Amino acid sequence: MELLIIQTLNSLFYASILFLIACGLTLVYGVMRIVNMAHGNIYAVGAYVAAWTVGLAVAAKFPPAALFFVLLSGAGAAALLGAVLEPTLLRPLYKRAEEYQLLITFGLLLILEDLMRLLWGAHPLTASELPDAFGSFRVAGATYPGYNLFVIAVGIVAAGALWAFVYRTRFGVILRATAQDMRMAAALGVDVKRVYVLAFAIGCFMAGLGGAVVMPISGAVLGMGVDALILAFVVVVIGGLGSLEGALVGALIVGAVRTLGITYFAEIELAVLYLIAAVVLFVRPTGLFGRA
Amino acid sequence: MNARVSFGPLALAAWQLWGSAAVVLVLAVLPWLIDPFQTLQISYGLIFGIAALGFNLLLGYTGLLSFGHAAFFGTGAYAAALALKYLGVKSMELYLVGGVGASLLLGVIMGAVCVRYTRIFFAILALALSQVVWSLALKFFWVSGGTDGLRLPTPTLLGGLVTPAADKTAFLAFQYYYYVLVVFVVAVAAMWLMVRSPFGKALQAIRDNEVRAEFVGVRVRRYRFIAFVASAGFTGLAGTLWVPLNGLTTPDILYWPFSGKIVFMAVLGGFKTFLGPIVGAFAYNYLETFAVGYTIYWQLLLGVVLVVLVLAIPDGLVGSGVKLARRLRKAP
Repeated sequence: MELLIIQTLNSLFYASILFLIACGLTLVYGVMRIVNMAHGNIYAVGAYVAAWTVGLAVAAKFPPAALFFVLLSGAGAAALLGAVLEPTLLRPLYKRAEEYQLLITFGLLLILEDLMRLLWGAHPLTASELPDAFGSFRVAGATYPGYNLFVIAVGIVAAGALWAFVYRTRFGVILRATAQDMRMAAALGVDVKRVYVLAFAIGCFMAGLGGAVVMPISGAVLGMGVDALILAFVVVVIGGLGSLEGALVGALIVGAVRTLGITYFAEIELAVLYLIAAVVLFVRPTGLFGRA
Repeated sequence: MNARVSFGPLALAAWQLWGSAAVVLVLAVLPWLIDPFQTLQISYGLIFGIAALGFNLLLGYTGLLSFGHAAFFGTGAYAAALALKYLGVKSMELYLVGGVGASLLLGVIMGAVCVRYTRIFFAILALALSQVVWSLALKFFWVSGGTDGLRLPTPTLLGGLVTPAADKTAFLAFQYYYYVLVVFVVAVAAMWLMVRSPFGKALQAIRDNEVRAEFVGVRVRRYRFIAFVASAGFTGLAGTLWVPLNGLTTPDILYWPFSGKIVFMAVLGGFKTFLGPIVGAFAYNYLETFAVGYTIYWQLLLGVVLVVLVLAIPDGLVGSGVKLARRLRKAP
C-alpha cells in the first residue's frame, strides 16, 4: 500500500514536469505548425536561470518562502527568450518547407546548449534550500518529500490555468481560431503576428516553469534539455501533436510507465516508452487526441 | 558537343565522366602528397559522404526527413564490433556483410512503422525508434560495453590478403584509405544507378506529388519502404567502414544528435543535388575538426552555421554553386 502510494505520487511528479514541457511543444505546433526541437533547451534555460537567481537570493539571505517566487524567474526568462526568438528566427520560415523549420530549431538547440555552457559552466547547478524548506510529509502511512508534492501542485495549477486561458478567455478564442485557420483569422482582423509571439512565449513559459521547479531536485545540468525533448516527443506522439488534452494524458501515461520502469524494468524503460509511442501511432496515426 | 557515355541508366555526360575520373584520380594520389592526418580526414569525409548519400535518398529523392539515421550508422558499427567480440571475426569483408545486413534488417523493422507517415510525424517517429536502439546499447552494457563502447582493432582486408601492419596510422592512411575509396566509388555508382533508374524516378514523383504518383500507378508506400531500407543499408555501410578508422564505437553514434549531424551534412552540401551530401559531409567533417580544435564551444559555431545556412543559402554549397554557374552562363 505504501509502495503504491509512493509510486502513484512519483508518477504524478514526473507527469507534472512532462506536462509542463509537452504542453508548450504541442501548443506551438497546434498554433503555428512548427515542431520546436529547441524546446527542451528552453526548459533547460528555465532551470539554469532559476538555479542562478535562487543562488543569488540565498546569498542575499532571502527567507525560504520568498525563494519559491524567485523560481518564477526561470519561467519568465524562458518566456522572454521565446518572445525574442519567434520574430527573429521562426517568422521568416513559416512559408518554407517544414524541413527548414526543423533544421533551424535544431541549429537553435546547438546554440542554446553551448550558450548555457558558456554562461554557467559545465558543473551542475542546484538549490537544495528549497526541498529542505519543505521537509517531508506523511501521506497515508508513507513518507514523501514535501517538495515533490509542491511540484505536483504546480503541474495541476499550470494545467488548470492553461486550460482556462485557452478555453475561457477572449485571447484563447483568438488563439484557437488562428490555430484552426490562420488566413481566415487574419482576414477577420486578428493580429496573427502577435498571436504567434504570445503562443510561443506561453509555450516557453511553461517549459521554463517545468525546468525551474525540477531544478532543486535534479539540478540544472548540460544535456537535460535534449533528454527532456525526447520524452516530450513521446508524450505528444502518444497524446496527439497539437492537443493539450493529449499532452496531459500522454504525460500521465509516460509518468506512470517511467515510474514502473525504474522499479521493474530499468534496462528497457526508454525502449518500452518508445514502443508504446510506436504502437499508439500504429493504431491511431494522429495520437490519442490528435486531429489530422 | 553533347557526347554521352551510355551504360544503360548509368548515362553520364562526357564532362561528368571525366570530372568524376579526375576527382577519383586526385583522391588516389593524395596519400602520397599529404601527411597521414590529412589522409585520415579524407577517409572520414568519404565515409560520412556515403552516410549522407544514403540519408539523402530519403530527403532529397523521396521527400522524407529522417532524424533517426544514427541508428543505422551505429548498427553498422556495432555489428562489426559485436562480430569481433562474440564470433572472433577479423575480416573487413565479413564486417561489411554483417554491418550492412544488420542495418538493412533494422531498416525493414523501422521502415515498416515509419513509412506509414510523412513529414513531421515521419521525422519524430524515426527519431523515437532510433532512440530505442540507443537506449538498448546504453542499458545492455554487458553486451555493448555501455558508455565505454567496444574497441575494434584494425581488421584484415580482402579475405586476409592484406593484414594490419605494425604501424597502425600508416595502415589506416594507405591500405585502409584505398579500401574506403574503392567502397566509396562503388557506393556512389550504385546510388547514381538507383536514382536514375525507373525506381528512382518513381521516388522523385512521390516526392513532388504523392497523389499524382499514386494515380500514375506508383505504389507509394511500398516504394517509400524500399527507399527507406536502401537508405538504411548505405548509412549502415558507412558505419561499418567508420569503426576501424575510429578504433572504437560508443553509443554517441546512436544518439539522435548524430542523426542531426547527418542531416546537417546533407543540408550543408545541398540536398536537392546528387553530389551535395558528399560535399557537405567533407565540409562538415573539416568544419567540426576545425571547430573542436579551436574552441570548446564548437556546437555554438555549428548551430550558427546551420541557422545562417537555412536563412541565407537554403540550397547548400553545391546547389548554390550550380545556381551561380547558371547565372554566370546566362550573363552575356
